[in-house]
Amino acid sequence: MDFTDREWWTVIHGMGLGAVFLLAFAGGLAEFYGLRSAWETRAGIAARMLRLRIGVTAMAVAAWGTVITGTWIVYPWYRDPAADSPRSTLLADEATKDWHEFGMEWKEHVAWLSPILATVVAFIVIYYGVNLIRHERVRRTAMILFVLAFLFAAVAGAFGAFITKVAPVA
Amino acid sequence: MSTSADPRREGEIADHAAELPDRPEGPIAAAVLAGGIGCFVLGLLTTLAAANASINDWLNWNDDVGPLSGKTGLTVIVWLIVWAILHAIYRGRRFETRRALVIALILIALGVLGTFPTFFQAFTSE
Repeated sequence: MDFTDREWWTVIHGMGLGAVFLLAFAGGLAEFYGLRSAWETRAGIAARMLRLRIGVTAMAVAAWGTVITGTWIVYPWYRDPAADSPRSTLLADEATKDWHEFGMEWKEHVAWLSPILATVVAFIVIYYGVNLIRHERVRRTAMILFVLAFLFAAVAGAFGAFITKVAPVA
Repeated sequence: MSTSADPRREGEIADHAAELPDRPEGPIAAAVLAGGIGCFVLGLLTTLAAANASINDWLNWNDDVGPLSGKTGLTVIVWLIVWAILHAIYRGRRFETRRALVIALILIALGVLGTFPTFFQAFTSE
């Protein structure tokens, strides 16, 4: 039932921060969507804006945490030149080398688009605040970038999960 | 200041919104544009590193992480600098968010293309 230090970091990177990211996205998207009718009560607006600020900020922080731990802590173990590293293991077999040459190569790069876009969304929400309610165009802009940030993270997360199944960092 | 208000909704929320100061969209457009440029820079660096061994070596800021350290590090630096410059330029200006979004989406698409292995590996120098 024990995890090695490396396994703990993969859990923190993929499941810990990933779970926060998913929760923040789900909550943030719901608040963005509901912001259309939040004008009904002043109390509703205040509560919804607070939840939205928390959601988008948490998503941005989780996205940065995920790419930083992934790139600077887990990835060096993955690409270790040793013959038993995940990268070496995948490349040694024709049947699995595409997991590295396509899957990992895309994952390691595209993941970094997510925190950039999530930070832009967090800035928009914090800067514009309740003005998002009356300026539909700005709200939609934020929502589009918010969804894109999630999609790029989802691509990276999916490949990360698959690659971990084939050649785990241990 | 902003030009994107929906007149119907403006009326619906008048009671509350009337008490709130409207803010210029310029800083939002600056953030959106900078985000698009950041994504584009990552795609550009990824493709350039694949195409040119010298660039790839230069981006190897850390031996454990490899060229990914330089690609992502430089991307974040460029993104933040561009954002600061655009923010200073557009801080008090009218600038339609929709126009910024369209430009940013094009840059993001190019950035994704640049990070797509089938694309950048086509430029790989052996």
